[in-house]
Parts: sequence; C-alpha cells; structure tokens
Amino acid sequence: MKKVYVQTTINGEETEFLCEPRQSLLEVLRDVVGYTGTKEGCLTGDCGACSVILDGRPTDSCLVLGVEAEGKDITTVEGLADGDALHPLQKKFLEHAALQCGICTPGFLVTSKALLDRNPNPTEHEIRYALAGNLCRCTGYDKIVRAVQDAAAEMQGR
Amino acid sequence: MHELNYEAPTSLDQAISVLAAAGENGRMLAGGTDLIIQMRAGVRQPGQVIDAKKVPELQALSFEAQTGLRLGAARACCDIIADATVQQHYPGLVEAAGLIGSDQILARASVGGNVCNGSPAADTTPALIALGAVCHIAGPNGTREVAVEDFVTAPGQTVLAPNELLVAFQVPAPQGQAADCYQRFIPRNEMDIAVVGVGSCVALDGDTCTAARIGLGAVAARPLLAKEAGDALVGKTLDDAAIEAAAQLAQQAASPISDMRGTAEFRTHLVGVLTRRTLKAAAARAR
Ligand SMILES: Cc1cc2nc3c(=O)[nH]c(=O)nc-3n(C[C@H](O)[C@H](O)[C@H](O)COP(=O)(O)OP(=O)(O)OC[C@H]3O[C@@H](n4cnc5c(N)ncnc54)[C@H](O)[C@@H]3O)c2cc1C
Ligand code: FES
Ligand code: FES
Repeated sequence: MKKVYVQTTINGEETEFLCEPRQSLLEVLRDVVGYTGTKEGCLTGDCGACSVILDGRPTDSCLVLGVEAEGKDITTVEGLADGDALHPLQKKFLEHAALQCGICTPGFLVTSKALLDRNPNPTEHEIRYALAGNLCRCTGYDKIVRAVQDAAAEMQGR
Repeated sequence: MHELNYEAPTSLDQAISVLAAAGENGRMLAGGTDLIIQMRAGVRQPGQVIDAKKVPELQALSFEAQTGLRLGAARACCDIIADATVQQHYPGLVEAAGLIGSDQILARASVGGNVCNGSPAADTTPALIALGAVCHIAGPNGTREVAVEDFVTAPGQTVLAPNELLVAFQVPAPQGQAADCYQRFIPRNEMDIAVVGVGSCVALDGDTCTAARIGLGAVAARPLLAKEAGDALVGKTLDDAAIEAAAQLAQQAASPISDMRGTAEFRTHLVGVLTRRTLKAAAARAR
C-alpha cells in the first residue's frame, strides 16, 4: 500500500512521517516516529494507556489514524519534561508512589496534563471524572489522584 | 487492520463525489470511536475511508430562535456539551452526549457517528427523538430529510444508501416553556452501555402540557419514539397520575430482550422508572 506523507507537530517540534492509511496514530508514534512512551493496552478506547494530547484535547491514539494527524499539534509523555527537569506531575507521581508496574503511567500523566491545562484547580471529583478513561490495575487510583492534586497545588504556587 | 485508502474532502460536494465513486466500498469516518474498533476487529472493511471532519457543513453548531439548532454530523461531543446555547436550550441533549465514554472519547466522538452507527443503545438517539430532530442527508441525487426515529432500521443499519451521508441534524427550537431530559441506567457511574435510556421533552402552557415526546433506547432492535405515551400527556396537567399513565404506555411500546446487561422484565421496569423521572425533570426545567 502506498504510504502517505504527513506533516505534524509533536512535542513542539515540526515532524514529518510516512505512514500507511491503515496505521493508527499509536502505531505511527511508537513504530515510525519512535515515541515509545505512548503505550498500547486494549486497542478499544477503554484503558487510556495510549493517551496523547491532540490539539489540546486528551485523545486515545489507538482510535485515530496516523493520516489524521496532518496539521495537528500532538503532545506525548515525552513532551512533559523540560530537558532534565521533570514536569510537576511527573515529580508528584514519583513522590506519591502513584505507579507500580508503570504501564498506565504515561497515559495518566498525559490525561492529567490535559486536565490541568484546562482546569488548573480541579476538585477531587473532577480529577476522578477526567481520569475515568484511564485504567490502572496496580495502584487503586488513590495515589494517582493525590499526586494530581499535589501537582496542581504546586503549579498554582500553593 | 486491512488495507484502505483515506481521503479528507474539504467540501460537501467533494465528500459526496468521493463516496459515490467508492460505492459499497466507501465509509465515512467521524471520530472513529466505533469505526476504527470495528475495522480493527474486521467487522467492517471499507476500502475507502472518507474523513467527515474537514467538511464545514458537518461541523455546524449554530442556534437560531426560529429554526433551532443546526448540529453538524461530525461535530465532536466535547464541543457540543461545552456550548452555552446548547446547554441553555437542550439540557437533555447535553446529558446524552456527555455520557459517551471518557474525556478521550468525548474529544472525538460525534453525535452523527453515534446515530449512524445504528446501535439500539446509542445514548444521543433517544434524546434527539424526544426533541423531534430531523436528519439532513445528502447524496449524488440530492438531499432528503428523515426524522431521527425513522433513521435507524435495525442494529447497525440505517436508511442511508451506500452513496449517502448524514450532513447535520436540525433540532427544533423549544416552543415557549419547553425543556428536555435524558437519563440512562447503567450499573456504574461512567463508561458503560445503557441497559435502558429514556429521553423526554415537554412543552407547557402554565400547568397544561401542550406537547410531549418520549424516546426509548436499548428496549428494541432500534431506538423508538413512544408516540402514544407522549400524546397521552397533551392537554393534561403533569401530575403523578398523568405521568404514571404515560410511563405505562412507554412500557407497552418497548419490546426488550434479555441479555447479559439485564432481563426483558428488568428493562421494562426501567422504562417505567426512567420515563417518570425524565418527564418530571423535563417539566421542572420547563417551568
Ligand atoms: C470507551 C468507549 C465508550 C463508549 N461509550 C459510549 C456510551 O456511553 N454511549 C454511547 O452511545 N456510545 C458510546 N461509545 C460508542 C461511540 O463512542 C459513539 O457511538 C460515538 O458517538 C461514535 O461517534 P464517532 O464520531 O466516533 O463515529 P465513527 O466511529 O467515526 O462512525 C460510526 C459509524 O457511523 C458512520 N458515520 C459517521 N459519520 C457519518 C456521516 N456523517 N454520514 C454517514 N455515516 C457516518 C461511520 O461510517 C461508522 O459506521 C463508546 C465508545 C468507546 C470506545
Ligand atoms: S490502547 Fe488505546 S485506549 Fe487502550
Ligand atoms: S501502575 Fe500498573 S497498571 Fe497502573
């Protein structure tokens, strides 16, 4: 199958790639462009391990075709840290031990970032709703919610 | 996933001609939250996928006091539920669209895709039926209009010919004191498919009901308009007796099956409960 040329912005960098129309954005990110931080879980939109921020919205990259990324702005988990300086969410996930096996963590980080970008001061209820599309088999969620609350507080200078 | 061609037309005319050229082999792609899963599972294998999202008519979201809401088929649910005008005039549609999956799904899923996918349990279909919404359809031979309650014909099937696409919904403006409400029953708070879903819309003149429509989901092979139930309320005061009579008529309109989500008997019970609750909530909003 003929490949399609796609121009997009990933983590602030203009990026171009060739992909087949049948390839998902998840596949393209991982196997073509090399951003393997984005994880594959269910491939049915249920687990959120593949979450990226697409034009400002958290999105399951397993349910987007790579060709649909043309002209879009994408943030993956690799785009959160500033060089060696971890994003406050990443620091707080470590401090609160909000991960065990870690397969779900990139998805939670990305979805949490999209939430805080839109709503810098969410309630616990809002955090739990915003993270309802991310599944974790290990932590029981409480530590993740605390980490997001703490990161929000730090980013607000509280 | 199977091999496919992808086109992203930027005008309605282009979309119609790409779809017509593809014939049975073509399929529209909106948010992909149903279609990409179905393609991955091999359930649908269109050779030509046509992205609906760059066609301006399919992204419409505008309200006029006379004609009501023009809702483009491909517009993402996250935009619809955040729109202050839609929140004000169609709270039940906001409730239904807001139930579709997580934030990640809402960012992509469209109401057009929800209805065109043809699931009997789709959340927005009963809400649109209650509102009296009409589907605007376009194809190479011109345009036509079909009421939402007549659009889905069987699970996964609609009135659309292979060369036709859904352009938009026209949702009538609320007349006078009118409001809608949508509720579904699921065993948890989020991320599940309706066991039963009910949308109600009522118009009042003082205490008297002047019009009422009730849409039912997941109680038959396709979403239904419970016409007798709505009609029975016209001219009545919406007291407990009138609402109970309508709920019983809605139960009679339903012909549910038993499956892993619930028995037919439980579903019939839920139709009564949700019809009562949505009628009361819609009436309270209308007043
Ligand atoms: C995790 C998860 C949770 C979900 N939760 C819910 C829920 O709670 N309630 C619910 O009702 N649904 C739910 N869904 C199903 C799905 O998200 C919705 O049905 C959604 O509205 C589909 O819209 P879409 O834009 O993604 O459609 P797509 O997947 O793009 O398309 C769906 C179908 O409609 C056709 N189509 C789309 N647009 C057009 C058009 N303009 N003209 C002609 N045909 C068209 C496509 O060809 C395809 O057959 C869920 C899905 C997932 C993955
Ligand atoms: S892999 Fe995309 S949601 Fe699970
Ligand atoms: S840390 Fe293992 S799934 Fe979340």
